[in-house]
Amino acid sequence: MLLRTRNLTANYGQFRALFGVDIAVAAGECVAIIGANGAGKSTLMRSITGVIRNGADMVLHRGEPIGALSSAEVMQRGIAMVPEGRRLFPSLTVEENLLIGGQVRKAPGPWNLEAIYDLFPILRERRKNPGTALSGGQQQMVAIGRALMSNPELLLCDEISLGLAPVVIRDIYAALPKIRAGGAAIVVVEQDIGKALAVADRVYCMMEGRVTLVANAADVTRQQIHAAYFGEAA
Amino acid sequence: MIWLDTLVQGILLGGLYALFAAGLSLVFGIMRLVNLAHGDLIVFAAYLVLMGVTMLGLSPWIAALVAMPLMFGLGWLLQTVVLNRVLGKDILPPLLVTFGLSVALQNGLLEAFSADSRRIPAGSLEGASLNLGLVTVGVMPLLTFASAIAVIVALNGLFYHTALGRAFRATSDDAVTAGLMGIEPKRIFAMATGIAMVVVTIAALYLGMRSNFDPSIGPARLIYAFEAVIIGGLGSLWGTLAGGVIIGVAQTFGASVNPEWQILAGHIAFLIVMLLKPRGLFPRAVD
Repeated sequence: MLLRTRNLTANYGQFRALFGVDIAVAAGECVAIIGANGAGKSTLMRSITGVIRNGADMVLHRGEPIGALSSAEVMQRGIAMVPEGRRLFPSLTVEENLLIGGQVRKAPGPWNLEAIYDLFPILRERRKNPGTALSGGQQQMVAIGRALMSNPELLLCDEISLGLAPVVIRDIYAALPKIRAGGAAIVVVEQDIGKALAVADRVYCMMEGRVTLVANAADVTRQQIHAAYFGEAA
Repeated sequence: MIWLDTLVQGILLGGLYALFAAGLSLVFGIMRLVNLAHGDLIVFAAYLVLMGVTMLGLSPWIAALVAMPLMFGLGWLLQTVVLNRVLGKDILPPLLVTFGLSVALQNGLLEAFSADSRRIPAGSLEGASLNLGLVTVGVMPLLTFASAIAVIVALNGLFYHTALGRAFRATSDDAVTAGLMGIEPKRIFAMATGIAMVVVTIAALYLGMRSNFDPSIGPARLIYAFEAVIIGGLGSLWGTLAGGVIIGVAQTFGASVNPEWQILAGHIAFLIVMLLKPRGLFPRAVD
């Protein structure tokens, strides 16, 4: 298994945000994590990427414990993140934002500046602009491209469509199959259930810091999701 | 044409203050750390260069070249072993630690080198001057100013045209997200402090060749450096040069009125800039 969390717990001070979360992502797979605000999805992403440190064997990468590693160490193992809110570097141009994603870890693979510009052509035109001068959708493209530049094995996308216009969300989602074709496994954190199910092989639903549903995206029913999402029988 | 001469001397003096300040500006720009021991580190580096000259018989320039990697290593260690542990949301711990370091350095230097005032011998350069027609300028102040420009050009080149500079800027913007890019902020900080100490060595070379120094003069250099950084706007290196020049010009004009007014005039210029432009002359748009 490419990535696995095992009985993962996470705290913000006194507040416990995750209660024993188990998820697994196979190489090349696309997994969606859905759930309402405050379900613990972003905390899960932050725990996997070392922004929040955990017990070492709560997070396993190819069977090796990585839960206690720093985010830089996790990233260098091939786990790249598109953070919630994009978080582009304001002092860097679009192109520099992309370059910095592949600056430390540069694995062989399909992604480089040219490939990113082919994936999102608008970025080629805006490459000299400061990253933060772009629209929200274009910023999301930069954030995705930045994460791809290291040719990761696993791409984590936190709240990939939050706050974006529907037409922009369509463009972003259209890129995901191309990213998968490049070989990366993808985890998409989404509040939009329809979008998530359309793109994912498997779906995890979270509520109040726990996984309430694991299902194949093709088989899952509305009732199952409703129950897992809201914690009540439909 | 005395006023023109005063102006030119002031501008050139500003080069020395910009050299004092460039390292401080670099470190502050990247990690929001005010190193209160900065002036004492300059004095420490001046003694290091002096030892190279007196004990190894090197020329001051070679001695400074030898001291640079040592100072880089010292800065790297200082950041890794001490300062990285106290950097955080609270700005008080790093201030206290660097203040303590300042006191320790002064006393250590006093123990090692006594309170005698010393000077790095610069040979024939000491009194050399150039006649530019309207004004006559000392070669040493001219070299100082040229070095300040060179340091700022080099640092800006590093910042805006290298991968390391990109990592500096990214880490300064957002250390958590820089971590997600595989960058270890603490290593970036150690590198930055190391580079700042190389600049400190250059500042120390000119400090020691131009005037006498003793273990107690560090804090006053820190004040000039700090004022230059604040006047220029935090994080802007060209602003730091402008800040140094403003203090230098104010000091030479103050001194031309009355020698006792030299230092005071520099501080007053600083206060006036703070009144008119509290964020400095060239503040970064991002802050």
